[in-house]
Amino acid sequence: MTQATSTNAGAYRLAQGGRIERNTPLTFTLDGKSFQGFAGDTVASTLLAHGEHLVARSFKYHHPRGIMAAGVEEANALLTVGVNGTHEPNIAATVLELEQGLRTRTQNAWPSVKFDAMAITSVLSPFFVAGFYYKTFMGPTRHAWMLYEHFIRKAAGLGASVNDADVHRYDWHNDYTDVLVIGSGAAGLSAALHAARAGCDVMLVEQDFALGGALLNQAAKGAKGQWLATMLADLQATGKVRMLTRSTAFGIYDGNTVGVIERTAPGLADAAHGVPRQRMRTVRANAIVMACGALERPLVFAGNDKPGVMLSGAVGAYVNRYAVASGKRAVFCVNNDAAYGDALALAHAGSQVNVVDLRSVVQPGLLAAASSAGITVQTGSTVTDVYGRLHAKRCRIAGYDAATGTVMGGPMELDVDLVAMSGGWTPTVHLSSHRNVKPVYRSDIACFVPGGFDRAQFGAGAMVGSQTWQDAIASGWQAGVQAAAINGRNSNDSAPVLDDDTSTAFVPAGTLLASNPSDKAFIDFQNDVTVADVELAHREGYQSVEHLKRYTTLGMGTDQGKTSNINGLGLMAAARGIDVMAAGTTTFRPPYTPASLGALAGRNVGPHFQPERRTSMHDWHMAHGGVKMEAGLWLRPLWYRTHGATIGEAYKAEMDFVRSSVGIADTSTLGKIDVQGPDAAEFLDRVYVNGFSKLTVGKARYGFMLREDGIVMDDGTTTRISDTQFFMTTTTAQAAKVMSHLEFLLQVVWPTLRVTVASVTDQWAAMSVAGPRTRDALQAAFPHLDLSNTALPFMGVLDTVGSGPLAGVALRILRLTFSGELAYEIFTPTHHGLAVWEHVLEAGKPWNMQPYGLEALGSLRIEKGHVVGSEMDGRTTLDDLGAGKMASKTKSFWGDALRRSPHLASENRPTLVGLEAVDDKEPPSNGSILFFAGDVIQGHGRGHVTSTTYSKSVGKAIALGLLQGGTAHVGEEIVATSPTQGRTYRLRVVDPCFLDAEGARYRV
Amino acid sequence: MLRINCPHCGLRDHEEFSYFGDATKAYPALTTEPSAENHDAWVEAIYTRKNPKGIHTEFWQHTLGCRRWLVVKRHTVTHDIESVVIASERELP
Repeated sequence: MTQATSTNAGAYRLAQGGRIERNTPLTFTLDGKSFQGFAGDTVASTLLAHGEHLVARSFKYHHPRGIMAAGVEEANALLTVGVNGTHEPNIAATVLELEQGLRTRTQNAWPSVKFDAMAITSVLSPFFVAGFYYKTFMGPTRHAWMLYEHFIRKAAGLGASVNDADVHRYDWHNDYTDVLVIGSGAAGLSAALHAARAGCDVMLVEQDFALGGALLNQAAKGAKGQWLATMLADLQATGKVRMLTRSTAFGIYDGNTVGVIERTAPGLADAAHGVPRQRMRTVRANAIVMACGALERPLVFAGNDKPGVMLSGAVGAYVNRYAVASGKRAVFCVNNDAAYGDALALAHAGSQVNVVDLRSVVQPGLLAAASSAGITVQTGSTVTDVYGRLHAKRCRIAGYDAATGTVMGGPMELDVDLVAMSGGWTPTVHLSSHRNVKPVYRSDIACFVPGGFDRAQFGAGAMVGSQTWQDAIASGWQAGVQAAAINGRNSNDSAPVLDDDTSTAFVPAGTLLASNPSDKAFIDFQNDVTVADVELAHREGYQSVEHLKRYTTLGMGTDQGKTSNINGLGLMAAARGIDVMAAGTTTFRPPYTPASLGALAGRNVGPHFQPERRTSMHDWHMAHGGVKMEAGLWLRPLWYRTHGATIGEAYKAEMDFVRSSVGIADTSTLGKIDVQGPDAAEFLDRVYVNGFSKLTVGKARYGFMLREDGIVMDDGTTTRISDTQFFMTTTTAQAAKVMSHLEFLLQVVWPTLRVTVASVTDQWAAMSVAGPRTRDALQAAFPHLDLSNTALPFMGVLDTVGSGPLAGVALRILRLTFSGELAYEIFTPTHHGLAVWEHVLEAGKPWNMQPYGLEALGSLRIEKGHVVGSEMDGRTTLDDLGAGKMASKTKSFWGDALRRSPHLASENRPTLVGLEAVDDKEPPSNGSILFFAGDVIQGHGRGHVTSTTYSKSVGKAIALGLLQGGTAHVGEEIVATSPTQGRTYRLRVVDPCFLDAEGARYRV
Repeated sequence: MLRINCPHCGLRDHEEFSYFGDATKAYPALTTEPSAENHDAWVEAIYTRKNPKGIHTEFWQHTLGCRRWLVVKRHTVTHDIESVVIASERELP
């Protein structure tokens, strides 16, 4: 005796059969209660083995709901998986692979699904019709929403979302393949086999944890089971097929790119050991074969949402794949031959089975098979009602005329514990539709099929309307031939054969209602949309399918209407008296099934969200109290804790070091570009507004460059290293943009100029040493160099090497200033950056040289009226920044033509000014709007504040701003207002240079 | 995902590239003698754009590859890429 028949395997578990591993029992819990199943089970099959159907309460009405399907189309049985904090809501029990110790919870019910206090909403259901929210909470009564939102949100809904960080690890993977086959049913396997035998590299992705698609739902020991086993062996033998299970192709994108999320096998995900929970694969495929199958349609009768009402194919799957009988007394209500296979399987498993067939004529062969299995078949009949509070107990059967679609009299009732329904099939057209190819309706088979396929994409099997196994295999093989041909390959083999002509052809069914009101017949189980709701939407004019969806919520939610859309469309089309094709479908968008955000993010989370750039002195800053801030991708020290308890204290102290003695700042993040070539000087003349061709070797020049539209792009200092070589610096923020700009000009606009550019930002570390004692300190650091004003004058450059401990270390010393003090910028190869930094600091000790951060750097430059990105904000011109005089008149330059455009040359444009607080020690907040005295304080004002700080040198809060009329207003008092902070400041307009306008401090 | 066949580097994802825009205009000459004609020519080159439903000729730079500026002909509806050439070899209408 195996464990399979032990009592804890469940009363509905069959003694034999299935694809479960009976030697590997596994236990999971639902709401704390343990259930035993086996490896190869899903949570749903395990629950059904124990006779548990009721696992959910519905979205709006809190109706009891059971497991209805055996796959991704499940609309009811949504569970929350995992423990609080790391749980995942709304997982369909039917796709949840059984795992030892798995913990699950029911949702949307309190205190339990069996006794749900919220079920009171069911009594109130007449009020919760389609459009309830719009009608109740829009218009004059909209304020009611504020009052009731909390209660409604609590009562209506699915699982609770997680608000904590995800502890799991996710991976990203880039994949390439000759042929990607999506779906491993008969068609997909056939396509993969051809492509592989033709010599293509094939990737076969399957959302299930086992390969075989619908074949898995057939008896493992039968002919189809045998065929599957043979095919898998043949595919394996080619050595050309990567078979990925638990992998959902959720979307197809441009360039034959497919998004695939691969889930880790149960028990393997282990964040601590780096094993990801899911892996996002971006697959680029030369050719794609979609063999996505079809999903069964529910039938629309009253009470079709009760636990114990299931899809026929699901009942068959639970018997054949999981060895579970979903009921002991079953009625199958069907409109096709294929569903008889499910009924036969259940009958062979020992259950009492009745078939109610909507068709009046059924093949004799089928009837004979049914009869010999003890199945009673009633043709020309339908189920019209299912009764039972928490589970189907009884159903009513009436006559049905398939030709007219009408239910007739003569009802009889049957006691049941299972109602299986099969309303035909809906091809899974989602993926082909992602490429913006609308599905088309084939009235001959009453299905929407793909309206075509994008280039190098093919479809096969039930997805494209195959109705028999043999058709599916043949169409798969054909798709394989086409996909191989895209790769320039083919095989002379012939298609595999599976001799079975059971057809999935069906007679489409409308609503199957007798006397019952239509609000008990559900179209969309997940969103609680009934026939009555669709009828109401029709009456109220929401007739287009897109309106129908938004008005009734039909087809929304985690299942996105996989079972409901087609019935809803059919019902609306019938109500409008048009055919289904004319009604059309709503738009299919990725993802096909829910994709976790964690998988899409991959490892790009936390510190890996974007790359970090660190200067070679970064660790020193961190070890010496530096407080880092992000500047683009760079991390820079904003201030040092050693200089104050707060940033406000520290930056003032750091400014003091520079103004009174000497400070040192890390400026490695500046963009640096090496410009070389015989035409380098000519090129720079065209790039910069000012001239560079007359710059002498060994000297630097400050310049502006413009965008093509005449707006300032960037500023910086460029040094002439030799006749044909220049060393350009850019701002940190614009470094990448300037580099691309120069490349554009050289490659596209002036390809004949003999110039090359190379970014050397990462090659050079840089530091700025500034303050009145700088020369003393640097002379101490580099005693072998002559740093006198004569030897290295202002804007001079010295390309040299260090001595002593820095012997042989390249040093490029540029004498220029940002702070307005005597200053030198020292560039050195990045790997020497730290050594030079520490060496200079050490030598500067007698003068108390201190590091200063970005805040002090910025404040020092405000005192000097130097502009940065706050002023060069992509809207300002040279004249706006008071730099119009720098523009050369003897040569033209990029942006020169359009900077003369009338709107850029307007007198009225705000231009750069300095601003002093009149009576406030606090600087106005950045972005404050400027008004002249006497202006009404409203609108966009006369300009705005761009940079602010407190200046000890001036003794006031100061700012830079852009003001209409600019320095013509020097001396006037104006007003700055910050609407966001509700504050107003009195400011006086001054020259933008607050300190040492004549440059006496640095020309020494 | 667009896939762009860089003449230097081969077929690569568009994430390696940066988009710049219309590549059908010639840039006028720089001149020290501003004129209405020159100004208008710049306005035409910089601001006047077609918005075709169909093939769009556009600049891309292979910023995370060879850093070459390229001219790509891309269909604005299907995103099919018709051709990719090095920008200096582009043909102007």
